[in-house]
Amino acid sequence: MSKQFQFKLVLLGESAVGKSSLVLRFVKDQFDDYRESTIGAAFLTQTVTLEDQTTVKFEIWDTAGQERYKSLAPMYYRNANCAVVVYDITQSTSLEKAKSWIRELQRQADPNIVIALCGNKLDLSARRQVSQEEAKKYAEEEGLMWGETSAKTGEGVSDIFTSIAKKLPLTAPPSARGGTRPGVPGGRTGVDLNKQANAGQGQGDQCNC
Amino acid sequence: MDEEYDVIVLGTGLTECILSGLLSVEGKKVLHMDRNDYYGGDSASLNLTQLYRKFRDGASPPQDLGRDRDYAVDLIPKFIIASGELTRILVHTDVTRYLEFKQIAGSFVYRDGKISKVPSTEMEAVKSPLMGLFEKRRAKKFFEFLQTWKDEDPATHQGIDLDKDTMSTVYEKFGLEPGTQDFIGHAMALYLDDDYKKKPARPTYERIVLYTSSMARYGKSPYIYPLYGLGELPQAFARLSAIYGGTYMLDKPIDEIVTDADGKFVGVRSGNETVKAKQVVGDPSYFGAGKAQEGGKVRVIEEGKVVRAICFLKHPIPGTDDADSAQIIIPQNQVGRRNDIYVALVSSTHNVCAKDVYVAIVSTVVETDRPEQEIQPGLALLGPIHEKFVSVSSLYTPTSTGETDNIFITRSYDATSHFETVVDDVHDVWKRIFGGKELVLKKRDVQVEA
Repeated sequence: MSKQFQFKLVLLGESAVGKSSLVLRFVKDQFDDYRESTIGAAFLTQTVTLEDQTTVKFEIWDTAGQERYKSLAPMYYRNANCAVVVYDITQSTSLEKAKSWIRELQRQADPNIVIALCGNKLDLSARRQVSQEEAKKYAEEEGLMWGETSAKTGEGVSDIFTSIAKKLPLTAPPSARGGTRPGVPGGRTGVDLNKQANAGQGQGDQCNC
Repeated sequence: MDEEYDVIVLGTGLTECILSGLLSVEGKKVLHMDRNDYYGGDSASLNLTQLYRKFRDGASPPQDLGRDRDYAVDLIPKFIIASGELTRILVHTDVTRYLEFKQIAGSFVYRDGKISKVPSTEMEAVKSPLMGLFEKRRAKKFFEFLQTWKDEDPATHQGIDLDKDTMSTVYEKFGLEPGTQDFIGHAMALYLDDDYKKKPARPTYERIVLYTSSMARYGKSPYIYPLYGLGELPQAFARLSAIYGGTYMLDKPIDEIVTDADGKFVGVRSGNETVKAKQVVGDPSYFGAGKAQEGGKVRVIEEGKVVRAICFLKHPIPGTDDADSAQIIIPQNQVGRRNDIYVALVSSTHNVCAKDVYVAIVSTVVETDRPEQEIQPGLALLGPIHEKFVSVSSLYTPTSTGETDNIFITRSYDATSHFETVVDDVHDVWKRIFGGKELVLKKRDVQVEA
């Protein structure tokens, strides 16, 4: 029987490095040259099937622009199982920003979080400012996964998400994970506001005295 | 900061964040700023470091309290009433997907020196020591009357006019004892004082219906509570705003509300930068509250004070059957006051503190010049208090509607135990912003999922 696991994945990185494009490519296999910041998408989901038929469902949280003035809410990192920290290989400053986001994650997020450093815009490698060696060396020092992608051509995109899926600890039952959030049937322990009063409880005993 | 916005929102308290979210969904270009480096303003939940910064002059928290990150201590004690308006907004905006809720385990009321559970089932009601046998029968008749009431069917009215007869008249008709009246008016209708008795009965009727339908919804108590603290609520609405294009700037000092010669809003100055917008919405602290008036214009006035004591306990509250969370109401008559005293308890079950720590907040409306003394009856119920942080906050209200100067100010968080008045304020501010148009909640289109 195949098992399904669900994880919360957060995206981080400087504005305009291609975070949303990366997700759009991964989730819908689309690319839009003049994409503006995401409007109206709370989070997207995409499922990766591993070789042993285990499926890993990612619930992907985009920053929705709140990173622009360093105003990300703690709610964003809360219970994140994995993070993709994106930089632009044609902008060396974006790697510095990525490093500061990684420090922020190490400080704020769950200590077991799986972090992948991702150099995007590989299609523009003619204008490369960040060498593979430099980024890879940093990732190794910090114990991060690393890869390069092009949201535009799709190169490397599914690889990075698949390697994350492989690295996540697929041992505990999904319900025991922090990544189970509202909107996930059966994944929550609390009360569901979207449901009407429990059958059999809503009537009759209104008057309690 | 060089762009021009439709609305600037100042402060990230719950009221401002709900408004910001709804305004962004409506298509307004919103800039949302806060002087603090955290979300939530006066309705934030703080970690230990932030808490000790605020109340202990930045002293470092004692080691025995555990990890800083495990804490999310609410600054205002409120719960969400299950069938109330906040729940409706949460569901309609689909903000529920960022949050998880748990029930509050029990609601208790203080009477004759001890606390008893507000019955949540028929069984509990029969066993409850709150009323004698004959009083239980009278109360049953009273609740049956409320339950069967239909506006259009005079046969259900039993000669009572909810819009004309006072609540006192209704109580008298059913022959209810003063203790039962305290219980109904304060533990169920959740009135803070007894003024309601002299007013027409309908609002009380509506409050009791809200309470009983909320109680019936999940079973244990009428309240629910978000995991990781109340501070999650403003964050969730801020995310809604951001997703619909709202821009967020925390840790931004606000130095001046800039107006033109006619006093109309122009923009907000922070340091040397001024950002312009058509309208501004903000909490009272951004409009001179608590400070000497600036430029001669008084925009907010104080209309009372609330005293709140945040207490860390290393045990559940005695007499609550080890409840992991509870509300305790001390009706004013029981302790010779004008206003009720409330105790709100949450614990590690709600991911707001370390394991085996309980966070109780005791609060009331200030009536004397010794506020801490006033909450003594509440503190006395808690058993040994490990750590206590006391604050007295002024309740501010705007002096004008904002319709002439485009400055729309929200109200401070009051002493009520739930968020219904916060939602009233949201509706009120919305109406002022839109020149009298009511806020209509539209079901948000659920975004595409792959």
